[in-house]
Amino acid sequence: MNQSNNSFDNASDKKLILKAENLKQHYHVRQGFFKPDAVVKAVDGISFNLEKGKTLAVVGESGCGKSTLGRMLTMIETPTGGSLAHLGEDLLTLSSDAQAKLRQKIQIIFQNPYGSLNPRKKIGAILEEPLVINTKLSKAERKEKSLAIMAKVGLKAEHYERYPHMFSGGQRQRIAIARGLMLDPNVIVADEPVSALDVSVQAQVLNLMMDLQQEFGLSYVFISHDLSVVEHIADDVMVMYLGKVVEQGTREQLFENPKHPYTLALLSSTPQLSPDKRRVRIKLQGELPSPLNPPSGCAFHGRCSYANERCKSETPVLRLDENTTQEKDHLIACHAVEEKRIDIISQGAA
Amino acid sequence: MSLLQLENLSVTFGNFRAVDNISYKVEEGEVLGIVGESGSGKSVSSLSIMGLIDFPGKVSADKLTFDGQDLQAMPEKQRRKLTGSDIAMIFQDPMTSLNPCFTVGYQIIEALKTHQGGSKKELKARAIELLTQVGIPAPESRLDNYPHQLSGGMSQRVMIAMSIACDPRLLIADEPTTALDVTIQAQIIDLLIELQRKKQMGLVLITHDLALVAEVAHRVIVMYAGQIVESGPASEVFSTPKHPYTQALLASLPESAAGKARLEALPGVVPGQYDRPLGCLLSPRCPYATDHCRQVEPANQGDLDRQVKCHTPLDSEGRPTA
Repeated sequence: MNQSNNSFDNASDKKLILKAENLKQHYHVRQGFFKPDAVVKAVDGISFNLEKGKTLAVVGESGCGKSTLGRMLTMIETPTGGSLAHLGEDLLTLSSDAQAKLRQKIQIIFQNPYGSLNPRKKIGAILEEPLVINTKLSKAERKEKSLAIMAKVGLKAEHYERYPHMFSGGQRQRIAIARGLMLDPNVIVADEPVSALDVSVQAQVLNLMMDLQQEFGLSYVFISHDLSVVEHIADDVMVMYLGKVVEQGTREQLFENPKHPYTLALLSSTPQLSPDKRRVRIKLQGELPSPLNPPSGCAFHGRCSYANERCKSETPVLRLDENTTQEKDHLIACHAVEEKRIDIISQGAA
Repeated sequence: MSLLQLENLSVTFGNFRAVDNISYKVEEGEVLGIVGESGSGKSVSSLSIMGLIDFPGKVSADKLTFDGQDLQAMPEKQRRKLTGSDIAMIFQDPMTSLNPCFTVGYQIIEALKTHQGGSKKELKARAIELLTQVGIPAPESRLDNYPHQLSGGMSQRVMIAMSIACDPRLLIADEPTTALDVTIQAQIIDLLIELQRKKQMGLVLITHDLALVAEVAHRVIVMYAGQIVESGPASEVFSTPKHPYTQALLASLPESAAGKARLEALPGVVPGQYDRPLGCLLSPRCPYATDHCRQVEPANQGDLDRQVKCHTPLDSEGRPTA
């Protein structure tokens, strides 16, 4: 894990916007009066670097901890371990005043635009709320600013006085994006921003997000379960399984040369439109195990067809694949890859 | 004879036409995919086949037959016997479609009891057999579970077990995997297709996921704002779409824009109840629309095997014909 971070640091320290190291979120769950508390490791040791103007995609099934990660990055929840640095300043050790300042620079867009906008407030009020709380701008200045941002995301000036119910899903997501932009953030955490939208509208919102990224030099943490969307928008991809990263690399590495059996299974389960792009279907048995009682060793071993005795007892560490040393930031946590037990399948794109 | 045949089926709620004169048929052993965005009427049309449209909704059709029997003319009692046994449906959200107050076993046996009857012991054995068929491990112990004790994938398997309980000849699956993760989606679709092949059922698969339909369906129907805009064999519709809407939908998928920064988004949204345009419903969003399109509603061209509702259907290179 650490080797890669170091190599990243030396090359591009200046552009580094967000740096997470060994982030953890452990919840304590009461199980009853006489039983000891159980620990749910929702996110267990995640490290990444996010550069300016880049998009980091976090992929995984429901319950893998990707939304928890998003909530930690925006400080909605305080991580229980690890460090999180924004432009070199550690967010977790700062005083609460300084923290509040920095938090303005990391904004979040939620999944469901029908639930994330207050139905009793007008669009203008929704957009201006972050300014009222965080800045000393006058009323006129606030209105000017929100109208400017509304124009940027493709909303008209007359929408200022309307209520959320008067908008379609795509437009609501535009409002949510506009709200995220009000405080000139550096990072936007987008938690499944398009999964509630129809395909044609989804394309509009994705285009908007890419345009805004270019214009403002935003960095995105893009949380999604839709691999075809991720393939389109991401620069780097992180695949999570039960709170841990199982594979991490650039988009090309992940989609053209996936290594981890779970990544392979995810890719092969995603339906493909054109017949020649379809991969050999790897059938996964069973479902995501309960995080209350995670399997020993590699969390994936119960569903993995390459699992052996070592996988059941020893937890694999996220590390460089030694067989392909030329790819320096492609990290994999798998014993089978390490022992070269799976080479044939990785070319399964036939 | 076709298993299911509809001609000019419409569903209206007051003045609003949710489904507007659609015609299609389903053959035995065929997988028919119905795709469209939300609000395109794909769910309402299938609910109307099941007879589940309540007041104030009104269903009218020139022809609505299942295996030669007229569903509209038959008495309510007879129709209720048919639906649930010969025609079955799987609903979108398994978590809310199961009754939380009853055990899984009770709910499966209820369907069996209504349609087939039998002793308690037989019914229980049949329920266990069904749960085994849909791939639920340790089915005996699952019978006494309540829905909240099951995961999403398991609940959907239970829903499937309930729907195939009476060996239906037509199964309507309304977005059966939308609420599920991709790996579970793959499992459920494999299961559905396997059951469909084994029993030679007709399967109507309603979804908004074009790629999913492209993988499993024999024929495809594309719906837009309550109308069928294009239908035909799946491979043809996806390789050489004839309707501009189908073309635009395919182009707006991220996988069609590989290597390009921008997606080919279709501007605007599906028209709702109060903003239906004159003429062709797609005309405000269509890149090829002419004045003629904005005035006159196009008729369906071609027969039921390959129809397109457009004044200027696209040719094999994706350009409109004059």
